[in-house]
Amino acid sequence: MLLIHCPYCDEDRPELEFRNAGEAHIARPENIAEISDEEFAQFFFIRTNPKGLIYERWRHIHGCARFFNAVRDSVSDKFLMTYKAGEKRPTVKAGEKA
Amino acid sequence: MADASRIHPLAGRKVANPAVTLTPAEPAARLSLRARPDAVAALSKALGVKLPEMPKRSATSKSGGRAALWLGPDEWLVIDTAGGDPLADCAKVKALHSAVDISHRNTAILVEGKGAEATLSAGCPQDLSLTVFPVGACSRTILGKIEVVIWRTGETAFRVECWRSFSAYAFDFLEEAARDAPIAA
Repeated sequence: MLLIHCPYCDEDRPELEFRNAGEAHIARPENIAEISDEEFAQFFFIRTNPKGLIYERWRHIHGCARFFNAVRDSVSDKFLMTYKAGEKRPTVKAGEKA
Repeated sequence: MADASRIHPLAGRKVANPAVTLTPAEPAARLSLRARPDAVAALSKALGVKLPEMPKRSATSKSGGRAALWLGPDEWLVIDTAGGDPLADCAKVKALHSAVDISHRNTAILVEGKGAEATLSAGCPQDLSLTVFPVGACSRTILGKIEVVIWRTGETAFRVECWRSFSAYAFDFLEEAARDAPIAA
């Protein structure tokens, strides 16, 4: 079982307590009523889905219930680091443990 | 007229083996309390329990009849087993907060004895050993297929808070796990 570090509980917790919540750092357009359908679709549906380093939102749903962000390697499934929601996107190199 | 009486969801159930006993807890008043840091001091004063601000911590009132369990950075579970009314106490607080009475949403199972830790570990993925989960520690977590709040009230005593409608599942699960506890403990 994977252990995921929750930045709010400040502890490694079993993966069963967590739920993935999609890609992180997607800003909702401020003028959402004015943008075109294509632009909306781009914001709403299109995700980067990279092979390798991915920034994701996770939720410690069966724990403190808080959303946080994680940097994960989609090839090895390893978590490189986790950080609180609202914090700046950190720069992490693939294969490096932050 | 129909006679309407409230029946404990685990009425009549009990497990006692040499290593572990399972007892349905007496009804208690419970609150789901949400508040920002600026309201914590006022709420603590009104409730008579200092709301813990560190993860996995719990605090009890001086008389021991009321406890506040840290569930999240702005979320607590308040349990009053002494017949008090924590909701009325919170209502006096002017600071912004949300207090919801969940006395009848939850019920609890007391797991006690030297096999208590082994019994819970059968279904809980968290490390419940004394070094990581000391007396007074509490956490919302998983037991088998359901979400529970586990609170360590003593070295070999736990209180498992679960939803009322899930309590039959929780009790059955713990009953089965308790059979193996004498071997594991």
